[in-house]
Amino acid sequence: MLLKKVKIRLSILLALSVLSVLAIFLLFKVLEDNVLYFYSPSEIKNSDEINLKKRIRIGGIVKQGSIQSSERDIKFIVTDTKNEIIVSYSGTVPALFAEGKGVVAEGNLKDKKFFVAKRILAKHDENYMPPEVEESLNINAK
Amino acid sequence: MIKFLNPSYVFKISGKLLNLFKTILIPLVIIGLVFSLFLSPEDYIQGDSVRIMYIHVPAAWISLFSFAAISFFCILNFLFKLKNVTLIYKSLAPIGLTFNIVAVVTGSLWGQPTWGTWWAWDARLTSMLVLMFFYIAFIFSYKFVSNPDRSIKACTLISVLGLINIVIIKYSVEWWSTLHQPASISLTNETTVHFSMLIPLGLMVFALFMYVAVIFLMKYRIETIRIKKKGIKNYEL
Repeated sequence: MLLKKVKIRLSILLALSVLSVLAIFLLFKVLEDNVLYFYSPSEIKNSDEINLKKRIRIGGIVKQGSIQSSERDIKFIVTDTKNEIIVSYSGTVPALFAEGKGVVAEGNLKDKKFFVAKRILAKHDENYMPPEVEESLNINAK
Repeated sequence: MIKFLNPSYVFKISGKLLNLFKTILIPLVIIGLVFSLFLSPEDYIQGDSVRIMYIHVPAAWISLFSFAAISFFCILNFLFKLKNVTLIYKSLAPIGLTFNIVAVVTGSLWGQPTWGTWWAWDARLTSMLVLMFFYIAFIFSYKFVSNPDRSIKACTLISVLGLINIVIIKYSVEWWSTLHQPASISLTNETTVHFSMLIPLGLMVFALFMYVAVIFLMKYRIETIRIKKKGIKNYEL
């Protein structure tokens, strides 16, 4: 048994909630691309048009054995296991930048397969463990 | 039920609870800090900066939990006009805001050595910042809106929008690509934090929630006294 006043307030609240959810959903629909922090190599490959002038971020895993550093720059391959992009970068990389680890590169595409980075960020995954555990995991993997 | 809504009764009980919580708080914090700063191992890749997690994660959880709580009580007040619950959300909101700031600042301190940046406009970090603004708006709407009816309406609107934001914060790392890593601890998936790091984290979560309880009860009692004093003053006049 709800009082009439409470009923009215409850319906106001429900209407408000539905409207807000709808409004926020539409807002994110419009913002869609801007909410993504980076694109994966597959998303770049499947996009219809690429803007070479626009500064974007791409992200994925640094492919095993792909880091080549020379005096001028460092080159590596970002992969999402399906598609790959070659990234070239001159500057210092963060301490956690390594092969087999996540990375986000900020810069410009030269074409769909080549990316010139202005900034490199290391992406940390959700795994936390002491060094000994990591070592034994590696041994088991081999 | 009526008994629990009676401010004098709540005041008496909360005093007893406060004493109990106070006594266990200090040992709990000491044990938690010893575990998280000294006894727990370094991370295989982050080194010692993993220890920031032991503050960051509880702080983030507290900020989410307390926003959910203040929203719940605010909506309760809006629906049933329970005046006493205003004390609850007035006492809890500043604590939630504080821990929200703690979570953002510690996250930033961790981001610099790990990611290579203090801040990134990704979905998780941005939605946490938005939560901070919701907290501020919530606090302003009960502090500076003098008409209680309007104040409740404003708080309710912020609560509804804020609750949607809480859901967005939770799922931001799954719905969109973010720099922030996905959740390591969840009810449905396997936990990806090693046991030796899970113990200090659990202890710190417990210790900090206890701290929240102590500060909350202290603030709640002060608010009660303030109201009583006002009543006495009015009576004298």
